[in-house]
Amino acid sequence: MHIPPGFLTPAVWAPMAGVSAASVGYALKRSGAGIDERHVPRLGVMAAFIFAAQMVNFPVAGGTSGHLMGAALAVTAFGLWPAVIIMTAVVIMQALLFQDGGLDALGANVFNMAIAGPLVAASVLSAGRRLSHRLSSVWIVSASWFSVMAAAFLCAVQLSLSGTAPMNIVLPAMLAVHAVIGLFEGIVTVVAVRFMMSVYPRMFSTSISENS
Amino acid sequence: MNRYLIILFIAALLIAGVLSWFASSSPDGLERIAEDLGFAGKAGGSAFSLMPDYTVPGVKGFWSNALAGIIGVCATFGVIYVVGKVITHRRNRM
Repeated sequence: MHIPPGFLTPAVWAPMAGVSAASVGYALKRSGAGIDERHVPRLGVMAAFIFAAQMVNFPVAGGTSGHLMGAALAVTAFGLWPAVIIMTAVVIMQALLFQDGGLDALGANVFNMAIAGPLVAASVLSAGRRLSHRLSSVWIVSASWFSVMAAAFLCAVQLSLSGTAPMNIVLPAMLAVHAVIGLFEGIVTVVAVRFMMSVYPRMFSTSISENS
Repeated sequence: MNRYLIILFIAALLIAGVLSWFASSSPDGLERIAEDLGFAGKAGGSAFSLMPDYTVPGVKGFWSNALAGIIGVCATFGVIYVVGKVITHRRNRM
């Protein structure tokens, strides 16, 4: 869902860049309160893992592919603000090193996948925590699905505001494709959470996630 | 670094370096819609190009993708490591 260069007009990407910069600045401030120095390697490994998983496109129906976004995975492990930092680092590295996502669209891509995605995932997960004490796979799948749908929705809105594609066509198209990709997101996220927990349970230590 | 965390880091290296070679090359959701709706052509070129499409220039095939993946994993880890140290250090001094 990385928006390439040229798809957004300055009237759209400039404000998105501003909003994203301010949000990431706020996240940097807030995440400092929840983590201490010994948590840093965990955050780094999670970011590396999400970057890696984003390279693996799996086939979705009809000659289309999708890959993990990872926002729900990062939120499940560390809570909202550290997840925003992790996802922002991934999206920036993809744009700078691999030309995946345009530099002009960087603010929008960060907003969709690194800010809105984690925000929605965190909202769904905290609703889940309130309703049931155990963090069940159903809530992780829901958080994953909604985070992908939110990013797809915002992406479609940005494209139509830029005049790249009409809203009444691009919005339903983006939501339909990502409704399927979101299911994969849910499955891969649950598998990744279980895998990481089996290798290193402290990756999901509540000391951080309770703080968000 | 904890050795279980190192296992996860190695898993990330393997996913980016090896598993990604077998990834689907079909267009992703946005690319597909851009093609179907006819606005894919609006995509412009990049201002600069380091490792486009997760390939290292001058290296071919599997190793180009593997090297790009390994560089990406290490760079992403490095950025978060530095940013994380700065955030926690700054807080501890206050």
